Amino acid sequence: MHQFQLNGQPVQVDVEDDMPLLWVLRDELGHTGTKFGCGIAACGACTVHLNGGAVRSCVVPISAVAGQSVQTIESKSDAILARLQAAWVQHQVPQCGYCQSGMLMAATALLRENARPTDADIDAAMTNICRCGTYQRVRAAIHTAAGAALNAKGAA
Amino acid sequence: MSQNHLKDTRANLTRRGFLIAGAVTTGGLLVGCGAPTPQERLGKPADLPVQGDQVALNAWVKVSPDGTVTVAVPRAEMGQGVMTSLPMLLAEELDARWEDVRVEPAPVAQVYANEAMMLNALPFGVDDHGWLARTAAAVMQRTGRILHLQVTGGSSSIRDAWLPLRVVGATARAMLVQAAAQRWQVPVAECRTEAGQVVHTATGRKLGYGEVAADAAKLTPPSDVPLKSPDQFKLIGQAAPRKDIPGKVDGSAQFGVDVRVPGMLYAVPVQAPVFGADVASFDAAEALRMRGVKQVVQIPHAVVVVADSWWRAKQAAAQVKVSWTATPHDQTSSADIARQADEALAQNSGTSFTNRGDADQVLKDAEAAAKAGAKPGDKAGGNKQTVLQARYHAPYLAHAAMEPINCTAQVKDGAVTVWASTQSASLAKWRASQIAGVDSDRVTLHLPLLGGGFGRRLEVDMVEQAVAVAMQVGGQPVKLLWTREDDTRHDLYRPAAWADFRAVLDAQGQAIAWHNRVAAQSPTYGATKRLLPWAAADSPDKNQIEGAFDLPYDIPHLAVRQVRLQGHVPVGYWRSVGHSYNAFFVESFADELAHAAGQDPVAWRRARLGQHPRHLAVLERAAKEAGWGQALPAGRARGVALQEAFGSICAQVAEVSVQGDQVRVHRVVCAIDCGHTVNPDTIEAQVQGSIVFGLSAALFGEVTLAQGRVEQSSFPDYPMVKLAHMPRIDVHILRNAHAPGGVGEPGVPPVAPAVANALFALTGQRLRALPLRLKAA
Repeated sequence: MHQFQLNGQPVQVDVEDDMPLLWVLRDELGHTGTKFGCGIAACGACTVHLNGGAVRSCVVPISAVAGQSVQTIESKSDAILARLQAAWVQHQVPQCGYCQSGMLMAATALLRENARPTDADIDAAMTNICRCGTYQRVRAAIHTAAGAALNAKGAA
Repeated sequence: MSQNHLKDTRANLTRRGFLIAGAVTTGGLLVGCGAPTPQERLGKPADLPVQGDQVALNAWVKVSPDGTVTVAVPRAEMGQGVMTSLPMLLAEELDARWEDVRVEPAPVAQVYANEAMMLNALPFGVDDHGWLARTAAAVMQRTGRILHLQVTGGSSSIRDAWLPLRVVGATARAMLVQAAAQRWQVPVAECRTEAGQVVHTATGRKLGYGEVAADAAKLTPPSDVPLKSPDQFKLIGQAAPRKDIPGKVDGSAQFGVDVRVPGMLYAVPVQAPVFGADVASFDAAEALRMRGVKQVVQIPHAVVVVADSWWRAKQAAAQVKVSWTATPHDQTSSADIARQADEALAQNSGTSFTNRGDADQVLKDAEAAAKAGAKPGDKAGGNKQTVLQARYHAPYLAHAAMEPINCTAQVKDGAVTVWASTQSASLAKWRASQIAGVDSDRVTLHLPLLGGGFGRRLEVDMVEQAVAVAMQVGGQPVKLLWTREDDTRHDLYRPAAWADFRAVLDAQGQAIAWHNRVAAQSPTYGATKRLLPWAAADSPDKNQIEGAFDLPYDIPHLAVRQVRLQGHVPVGYWRSVGHSYNAFFVESFADELAHAAGQDPVAWRRARLGQHPRHLAVLERAAKEAGWGQALPAGRARGVALQEAFGSICAQVAEVSVQGDQVRVHRVVCAIDCGHTVNPDTIEAQVQGSIVFGLSAALFGEVTLAQGRVEQSSFPDYPMVKLAHMPRIDVHILRNAHAPGGVGEPGVPPVAPAVANALFALTGQRLRALPLRLKAA
């Protein structure tokens, strides 16, 4: 039995130690917002947060998650994610949308580390693949969300 | 009109007539020739299932008492915004309040057939308005209906819906007005509509659509409703936020892969590594001992592990030992396929698609003169012409949609339920019924969102597999999901293609003859023999040579021919189809001719677009916005390309630099004329995405074969453009009132030649093969 925190709630699953977190989330717990793209950490569609940092859940065995905190796109309590989601809608970023959960989770981790990333910072941190080619809007939306955060701080 | 021109026109008409007749009579179809009217598309309220107290006014729109307007969209949402753009057309004429509009996937029914899809098979361009073009279009539209092609592809959704859905909206509006007028006992002419209400102008009385919908539904739909003129549009032409986006930022959007049904099992296939091979025997003993594994079943060309979790099925699939039947292609490599193409081009003059002037004779004379020793400008030799030759190549490509191929199916008590993210709803339903051996009305098809289509999900192989597995698991639902590696290795590929160019230049270096033969497998034959086998014929295929036969440039002698290759690699429709390679071939070779003439590449094109003012305007706009001709920082250069595709015209200017053998694309400026603009934000997004799609192919994309099988497997060896590679992309939409063209694909073709032409300008290296590989400086 493996226990961990999922979006602030305790969960437990009875699976093999080496089952990847991605498949625990999707098939065992029904959290299908996290997507399967390649299974080898090459595309980023499965990006979630482990203790606040971005990881590619398709290569994280569930045994490595025990007792820790996992956050997915279904999380409702992350202010940075919420700001990014608003910016994503404002810039009409998604096309097919399949990669966007991973994009948003990668961007959330980026802004948590670096509140005002440059284009080069975004290029380095955002290595997710979007086959629809939404990258230009992804970049613009990250800048918008970062700006909104700074403006909110300035106003406070 | 000169005698010669008349003769050429007749030759072209004969050629086209043959092609069209071939296309239409394929499969023994006999269809009427009158153009279908938009009114025929209204359908009946009974075609559209209602929930609760909804009232259907026709096959497309339902109104709830609270005023909610629900539009049925029979096209697959795969990111192109069709769940927003089609409702915009209907809501515009309905005068609905946009906030009240909801969307849902339409059921599978003939009224929802895509009548514009097959227009892509016709060899006519945006400037072709003659009787033959119109008649052939009408036949193709009717054929689309008779075949019940409820499909999404070919950049056809808006082209198909532009008039019909506006007529549907206007007709529903007229019924709502009439119902309100009857209730008020006033003449219809005294009523108007605004924001989801009927208004009696004189008294200011108002009735919401929801209040009169039930009465309106009892009325006979009028047959001659007027449509708005473009200056009356409130929604069409304005950027509308997409209805599908909120669910795509919080993880709630449901794709095919997300389907969860109680009691569902998971399936992973072990597929034949060589195309066409089948299972000779297999040993699943070890797999069956693994945790969660329920069954191992055989289906055509695969052994499939069924388990209680996908990951467990995948682990077990690795332990299944299969021996495969031998095929004639077990040793075939990419080099063999290239050699076959060489041989075909050496032996086969090809099927003529364009024949203007006498390109063969002009070429023969010039070649004979060259053989006799005449040199350019050699007056003593009596011939001042030169021949420019070039061979171009583009490889096989995989679609690589982000959502790996999947389908969920249940076969129980003689009924079939299928959940499929598909571009081909009607064909998916038909194939499911065939595989399961039940009537089509025993098949229920659910249509979740598509995690990318790009033509891959026009195919229904995943439906065939899932149903074949579901028939063997005792009535339980089963989700079949491929690995990324299988997605890459079992695609229906963009054909590999070769172009053999010969141009004759006059003494001034101006092209007087253009001779082009394009060799490739036919994507249409490939797709048709899988999807509509009774209609399949390896006959002249416009899609194989589109973007090449329809060269817009005014060159006196023009011959474009098709050499159809055979091959064991399955090919199909890949975003922008034949344009995806022909634009690279044709626009690169045009660039060679411009440089041979010592002319600026934009000026060379401009001088030859006299017959095509729309193309010229697009070219000029792209050049102007890109600052063509203005100085660039040292180490940078620009290249240009132009292509008409899917009823739209697109020009792009790419700005590049190189570091060693690495290409960096800094900026792509794009101008597009897609006729009437419906949702400009979606157009911009689609063109941005198309450029990225084309750039991945230009810089990285290559599927190769060894021992009959695909060598690539996943993103590390089949890479994609990522954020770090991104150029700045500027999209400029030419606004006009021409019939709408497609938007999902026309942005793909020009980017590869624009980048290749920029690289030539910068380095002097003429790269004639994709992906573009520079020799290190």
